[in-house]
Amino acid sequence: MSDTFLTRNPSTLVFLAVLALFVLSVTLLAEGAGVGVISTSFVKTLGKTLCLALVALAMDLVWGYTGILSLGHFAFFGLGGYMIGMWLMYARTQAIVVSSLSEAPIPATDSEIVDAIGNQIFGVVGSSEFPLIWMFADSLLLQLMLVVAVPGVLALVFGWLAFRSRVTGVYLSILTQAMTLGLALYLFQNDSGLRGNNGLSGLQNLPGMDHVPQATLSIWFFWASAAALALGYLFAAWIVAGKFGSVLRGIRDNEARVRFLGYSVEGYKLFIFTVTAIIAGIAGALYYPQAGIINPAEIAPVASIYLAVWVAIGGRGRLYGAVIGAIFVSLVSSWFTGGQAPDLDLGFYTLKWVDWWLIVLGLSFVLVTLFAPRGIGGLVDLWSDRRQPDRHGADLGPGAGALREKEAEQ
Amino acid sequence: MRTTLLAGLMVLLSSLAALAQQVPEPAPVQSILQEQSALIQKSSRKTIAPAIAALAESGLPQAQAVLEAWQVKALWMRISDGMFFRGEKLEGQTYRLFDFDTGQAVGDVAKSDLKQIKPNSGIRALIATALVQFQLSDPDPSRREEALLAIERAPAGALLAPLRASIPGETDPVLKVRKMRIEQLLTIAHGTDEARRVATIQSLSGDLGLDVRATLNPLVSTQLRAFAGDIPAGLNVARRVAPGAGALSPDAAYDLLVAAKLAPARLSSDEIRTTLAAHIEGGRVGGVPLAQLNKEDARTRAYAALVEAGQAPARVSAEQITQSLNAHVFAEIYDEPSAVMTHAAQAALTSIATQVAVGQAVDLTLDALSLASIYFLAAIGLAITFGVMGVINMAHGEFIMMGAYTGYVVQQVIPNHTVSILVAVPLAFAVTFAAGVAMERLVIRWLYNRPLETLLATFGISIALQQLAKNIFGTQARPLTAPGWLDGAWIINDVVSISYIRIAIFMLALIFLGVFLFIMRRTRLGLETRAVTQNRAMAGSMGINPERVNMLTFGLGSGIAGIAGVAIGLFAKVTSELGSDYIVQSFMTVVVGGVGNIWGTLAGATMIGFFQKGVEWLNPSNTLAAQTYMIVFIIVFIQFRPRGIIALKGRAAGD
Repeated sequence: MSDTFLTRNPSTLVFLAVLALFVLSVTLLAEGAGVGVISTSFVKTLGKTLCLALVALAMDLVWGYTGILSLGHFAFFGLGGYMIGMWLMYARTQAIVVSSLSEAPIPATDSEIVDAIGNQIFGVVGSSEFPLIWMFADSLLLQLMLVVAVPGVLALVFGWLAFRSRVTGVYLSILTQAMTLGLALYLFQNDSGLRGNNGLSGLQNLPGMDHVPQATLSIWFFWASAAALALGYLFAAWIVAGKFGSVLRGIRDNEARVRFLGYSVEGYKLFIFTVTAIIAGIAGALYYPQAGIINPAEIAPVASIYLAVWVAIGGRGRLYGAVIGAIFVSLVSSWFTGGQAPDLDLGFYTLKWVDWWLIVLGLSFVLVTLFAPRGIGGLVDLWSDRRQPDRHGADLGPGAGALREKEAEQ
Repeated sequence: MRTTLLAGLMVLLSSLAALAQQVPEPAPVQSILQEQSALIQKSSRKTIAPAIAALAESGLPQAQAVLEAWQVKALWMRISDGMFFRGEKLEGQTYRLFDFDTGQAVGDVAKSDLKQIKPNSGIRALIATALVQFQLSDPDPSRREEALLAIERAPAGALLAPLRASIPGETDPVLKVRKMRIEQLLTIAHGTDEARRVATIQSLSGDLGLDVRATLNPLVSTQLRAFAGDIPAGLNVARRVAPGAGALSPDAAYDLLVAAKLAPARLSSDEIRTTLAAHIEGGRVGGVPLAQLNKEDARTRAYAALVEAGQAPARVSAEQITQSLNAHVFAEIYDEPSAVMTHAAQAALTSIATQVAVGQAVDLTLDALSLASIYFLAAIGLAITFGVMGVINMAHGEFIMMGAYTGYVVQQVIPNHTVSILVAVPLAFAVTFAAGVAMERLVIRWLYNRPLETLLATFGISIALQQLAKNIFGTQARPLTAPGWLDGAWIINDVVSISYIRIAIFMLALIFLGVFLFIMRRTRLGLETRAVTQNRAMAGSMGINPERVNMLTFGLGSGIAGIAGVAIGLFAKVTSELGSDYIVQSFMTVVVGGVGNIWGTLAGATMIGFFQKGVEWLNPSNTLAAQTYMIVFIIVFIQFRPRGIIALKGRAAGD
């Protein structure tokens, strides 16, 4: 089965091979495992970029294949990060507290340890009690399950409400954006139980792994991110290759027609929305231990729009396009905004890329939308000689995607 | 010889006696000053009170002059004999001294022979209070007003009598009303005649003034106290409290007993741990191995063993706590001893509370209306571009920002605030109209069939514009100052008030509504816009140029956003993020209200404004929570009315 699947989808094979090559070369060049040409912080950046590619993959499934422009997937990403961050922070604080309490003459009771951890974690927001949502924070297994469950359940409930009442198109986009804003504002409160705008910090230290240097940890996380991306890519390719994928594309192109053909459009949309939310949550859970800190600003609505920008620039409706877009835009962005790019001297004005990069990004995004809707991935078509239908003229029918004037004449 | 000697002695004695009579009692005020000389020279806030009181209560008219001179640092002491004078600076380092009692100049003295009495700010405040009784009847009304202000700041019982005395002679009707009100408040707080105090309280019942509540509240303040046996007679009991029922938890009740030394203190777990740590013997405490002490019950056993050995005080058991609680009575006791007074004050406060609740409801409604008009202003441009044309313009917020920055730039050029606002409004419209038309021509018209891509392309423009504003104006907030006549607030009473700027925004929202309705229903452009919206091809075949109509409609929507930006900039700080703060709420407003209908937008803004203010009222400390709940509410609301409050029906609804 998998053999035939891969031969039917050569691009998957190519992608996996490129990814493997990339991982191998980074490993050999990295500080933690190889010759040390690539610094630890850059390995972390690469690992984070792979996580972003994974969430872009999810975005491509839900937007590029199903036509749901969700502006909430970065919120699911952030929620995944919060869930793993709770365990990281709890376990690490526990280790610190236990070692400091062990110097006391009388050994500490369990409740004393928990109180001390609460004091440590929630001192910044003027509290010391553990909120209810931290009840599983001491267990890695349960918290890992929450990484999947919390974004999944939120997407399921939200999607069920939204799709059931037939909210589609831009209305759905606005509604998902509102959900993201609501979640971010909620997390910004100090009494939300997740330390308000301080967020969770110190996530780069794995509890119980103090003897492992960050260089090694960074390469582990890099491998984990690459593995997650490979698995996610395989899963996504498998989904879109089959009959299920055809229905998804049908929903994108003409939802009403698919419904009239007897498919449960809402069921399909709900499934893909929830599954991609889970993928986003997993990507977030891998991303934030490498970033080291998570706070509510990370899940502001604008982050989710950037996610859509990556996918659009990379090329919607093709899985490798999303990955290319995420990697290309986020790496170029960090190159320009990180101050490494040389200033451009125009004679009368010196262009500082730190200030002007966003303008260039915004405008190039407009240009891509207008002139290259297929994105960077479209270059592959030029190379592989795959042609798009030549569609010109105005729509004949009222709906987008109807036959165009010139096609009808032929 | 002997007689001459005697006579000489007599003369000397008599002159000495005359001198003795003259020096210690030269004049009434000077004598008081001499009595208090030590305190005055020490000039300390803590000890000065008797000196000021002696002057103020002397009843001498000259005392006012002394206090006034003292207050402005014109009180001088002649070092040679310790007399006090008012000093006036002459040329050089000399001062002309005036006697307080006679008002006559007594001579010019060099500064080196004088000592200036310099009161610090604390002393000056005390002097000001003391001066009040003189100033209350001052011929100058502004002085009398100052005196009343001083009383309001520091009400004191001593001022009641002079205040009452000054009322009949008051000529200014406004000041007379104020004096009478302050007299009432002083009577309640410091009066001596209980019947009169109660009558005054009753006369002020239902008054909304903050000052009335500030006066009445101390009268009903209570303290929770515990008594062994019965409550002693003579105490003004507000209510008895049973521990465990209602507000008083058993723990808090027991802590109260401990604080009143009516019961032994409980041992905290920290104290027990410290005691255990102090009795470690050979790795064991009370026979329990150290390693086991990480469990609560092991600690209890170890501590019990210590108690048995007499090495630690016994713990207070749960039964003991229950017994102590049962043996005592808890009650809230008024600080004010008179039951008649507290009863009257309580009744008055209850009736005031009802009035305040009504006032707050009105105030909340005004607040909600003003928030609704802000949302409406921010959303009305969107109602045109999104509602009428179906174009998602994520850069709408940036048009609002551009309008606000236009206002800021105009204010840099034209310093007069009124003129600059009058110039800024049309200019902001022109700037954003041009930007909107340019955007429509360059980007949006290529994407009319692809709404999701319009969203993304306009988002690209939005981040570019935001960064451009940051590059030009920097990241710090720029002020857009409202003209002077918009400062301040319309204060109806101490509970209900609304700032003029919010009234102006409300009016502006109404004007926009009128302009929108006029354009859509009464002008050629409105007719054409509606035609193109309904059926673009059919409108085109009727001779309407849809391209032009779309361009102008989009420009109109953007221009209105620019004017809204000027209005929003007047009360919010102008930053490059000004627009993105409003964009999601604006879309919510349009979607909740119902796309394609201005009344829907109005209804949406009203609903969101009222809902948000309502949640803020329930949880006033947390405006973030209010926004969160609002968004959850909107998501749920969309379930029941997916097309908004006012939904288009039939063909106009599109799909």
